[in-house]
Amino acid sequence: MTGSEVGEVQTAAWAEAVVRTYADQQGPTDREEQVLARIERARRRRPRLTDQRITLAHGAGGKASQTLVEAVFRDAFDNPLLAPLEDAAVFTAGEAALAFTTDSYVVTPLFFPGGDIGDLAVNGTVNDLAVAGAKPLHLSAGFILEEGFPVADLRRIVASMRRAADVAGVSIVTGDTKVVPRGRADGCYITTAGIGLRDPSRHLGAATVRPGDAVLVSGPVGDHGVTVMLARGELELAAPELRSDTAPLSGLVAALFEAEVPVRAMRDATRGGVATVLNELARAAGVAVVVDQAQVPVRPVVRGASELLGIDPLYVACEGRMVVVVPGEAAESALAALRAHPLGAEAALIGRIAEDPSGLVLLKTAFGGTRIMDLLVGDPLPRIC
Amino acid sequence: MCLGIPGQVVELRTDRPDLAEVDVSGVRRPINIGLLIDDPPVPGDWILIHVGFALSKIDEAEAKAAMDFLVSLGQAYDDELAALQASRIE
Amino acid sequence: MRFVDEFRDAGAARALATRIAELCEPGRQYTFMEVCGGHTHTIYQHGLEDYLPEQINLVHGPGCPVCVIPMGRVDDAIHIAEQPDVILASFGDMMRVPGGRGSFLEANAAGTDIRMVYSPLDALKLARSHPDKHVVFMAIGFETTAPSTAVTIQRAAAEGLDNFSVFCNHVTILPAIKAILDSPDLRLDGFLGPGHVSTVIGCEPYRFITRDYHKPLVVAGFEPLDILQAVYQLMQQLAEGRCEVENQYSRVVPWQGNPAALRAVHEVMELRPYFEWRGLGFISHSALRIRPEYAKFDTEARMALPGVRVADPKACQCGEVLKGVLKPWECKVFGTACTPETPIGTCMVSSEGACAAYYNFGRFSRQRVKEATRV
Repeated sequence: MTGSEVGEVQTAAWAEAVVRTYADQQGPTDREEQVLARIERARRRRPRLTDQRITLAHGAGGKASQTLVEAVFRDAFDNPLLAPLEDAAVFTAGEAALAFTTDSYVVTPLFFPGGDIGDLAVNGTVNDLAVAGAKPLHLSAGFILEEGFPVADLRRIVASMRRAADVAGVSIVTGDTKVVPRGRADGCYITTAGIGLRDPSRHLGAATVRPGDAVLVSGPVGDHGVTVMLARGELELAAPELRSDTAPLSGLVAALFEAEVPVRAMRDATRGGVATVLNELARAAGVAVVVDQAQVPVRPVVRGASELLGIDPLYVACEGRMVVVVPGEAAESALAALRAHPLGAEAALIGRIAEDPSGLVLLKTAFGGTRIMDLLVGDPLPRIC
Repeated sequence: MCLGIPGQVVELRTDRPDLAEVDVSGVRRPINIGLLIDDPPVPGDWILIHVGFALSKIDEAEAKAAMDFLVSLGQAYDDELAALQASRIE
Repeated sequence: MRFVDEFRDAGAARALATRIAELCEPGRQYTFMEVCGGHTHTIYQHGLEDYLPEQINLVHGPGCPVCVIPMGRVDDAIHIAEQPDVILASFGDMMRVPGGRGSFLEANAAGTDIRMVYSPLDALKLARSHPDKHVVFMAIGFETTAPSTAVTIQRAAAEGLDNFSVFCNHVTILPAIKAILDSPDLRLDGFLGPGHVSTVIGCEPYRFITRDYHKPLVVAGFEPLDILQAVYQLMQQLAEGRCEVENQYSRVVPWQGNPAALRAVHEVMELRPYFEWRGLGFISHSALRIRPEYAKFDTEARMALPGVRVADPKACQCGEVLKGVLKPWECKVFGTACTPETPIGTCMVSSEGACAAYYNFGRFSRQRVKEATRV
């Protein structure tokens, strides 16, 4: 029996503090609309990080990540090139229109069906450049290695990076290595940065997105995240044919441009999945994204694993899938261009941009009802309930 | 709690009578079937899985009856709609 | 997916919805409570309320076992995890639930080893592979999950494990339903009964509701068509003046329940005299603890716990939302102080609590959603 019989009752200081912060916004209301307006105002407030310590949620790509980036990094670094918070920064240097990006890779396990940390490192950075409309040129690669890490594994990873770089048409031109004592770095962490060349006449990004635009995805969602979850071996789930979708998207993007599809914006869906990327777009562009759940491609095995764990494939990480927004009338030609490319064979039209409700993603369920698809706070955690 | 998912028994384990290999849409997982000891499942049976345990067998006859009822409802609905359309024409 | 997709057929849903609407008496409001967190989840995940006429109101009851764990018990679990050489294994649902001192995720940031597992058997596996650690499984859930915990303890006993114990927070659904029925400010017309709890306890135990409180109850499955059909059956009962326990989920729920599961629970666990439910207060004989014969596997017998009660802030109105007296948006702190990032009370704490479900999925007004999706 617990000591509740003793009668000692405490209060949770953090909860009292949060209630006080919003004291000005409380008060009775009998109108649902007023409350919803109040919520929208609360959501638009400057993000404040009240956490004292970093938790895993901050790395998941959802609300916690967003708050961290906005309240810590953007505030501190504060400059107009950073402000759009797109996948890559775009700027001009002399005559050259450039895109510049960076990413870190901390995946566990290092080797999984369909690839390894090396593939992710190259493809991930190539993809951030590709979706900015840039031709990826050169990458840097920084390695943090754990004392005791087998050199054979390092060679394997590096060989993967070389292969991936060749496929993507980039070269790794500079790098760095650090070694940390045993027990840190989970074997190997990699950070890459990449630089690419843009066509200065092409304007891409959330700011160009308009109501009526079509939203496409380049292939089935959730393959990477589920593959890695299963590869960790903790869940005793086996799906022998499932592979990570890690791949360079630059070829797909080139196919779109070659077919002269007037692309508005592209994002590669990584952690947080397609749902997170759509939320970011909706927020950045001040529009609504309306998704037709029945049109979202999901492999049966990804669906099965997701149902078992109680997670939604739309929030599960991909590593070789992009979301493309094009004017409504260009949807068919965009689909055709994507599907003609091996990586886009299962591309699909999954939704449309609407004016209202601004900043939100709505899901028309396969069942026919509608609901909001909000950002998760952290990782999609397996539910049992 | 609530999240239970239907899965199909693929294989029984000879070393452990309380475990079975179960398939959910192509994903495999060993499931403890100890709670179904009074009427154990055999390969091909469908079971309800919850946190790694089989809680009950899915009664395919009941499932079919449920679907037949729902389909008939849908059919009757479609018939009525058709009747409504027809009556408007006149 | 078989036994899933058929029960998500939109055509059949429209047909059911029409039938339900036909049974509505003009000018009458109908309020049904679903007690299962899984039902709340389905209703919002699939936008089911769009199918129901305005006259029908679905109210979300205390059927979310994550939601009803008091903050003090979360603190106890963190205390357990802080002991040397302890690995606390927990379901994912619990990882972000804040106690008085924060959540499991935040405790890990401060140095504990709390790991997510899918099954209590995974926790047992951890114990086998870490003989130098004490693996504690945080058991939560209603009668659905208790048998699994019980069988896991039986296996641990059979294997003679010394380094495995269970922090038992299993609760039972019937006393909570009774507490709801006994509260004076409630107007309910019927219940959607918990689908998976019923696979264990069967349908007979709900008779006290029809007999003593004269409310019909239909045990419902978790796919959208299951819920719509259960609502239809409730409406039929009301129209025909019946008041019975019915089983809509007959493909999964046997009327007699699962005797083997009940035997396992009975062997390993017993009822606590009383237990605190967040939002509802103390309810007698509403929770399970591990029997003295299995004390070796009972964390509360092996460790002293702080056992401090942590009250929800005064501003919290979860009690009323849980009983269906208030809608989520009628709570003064809904959406401002209390959000999924900073859940103040039980209804926001898990994605199936009424407030979380409404905030995450349903908060945009149905009218505007319909307009937007016509694009």
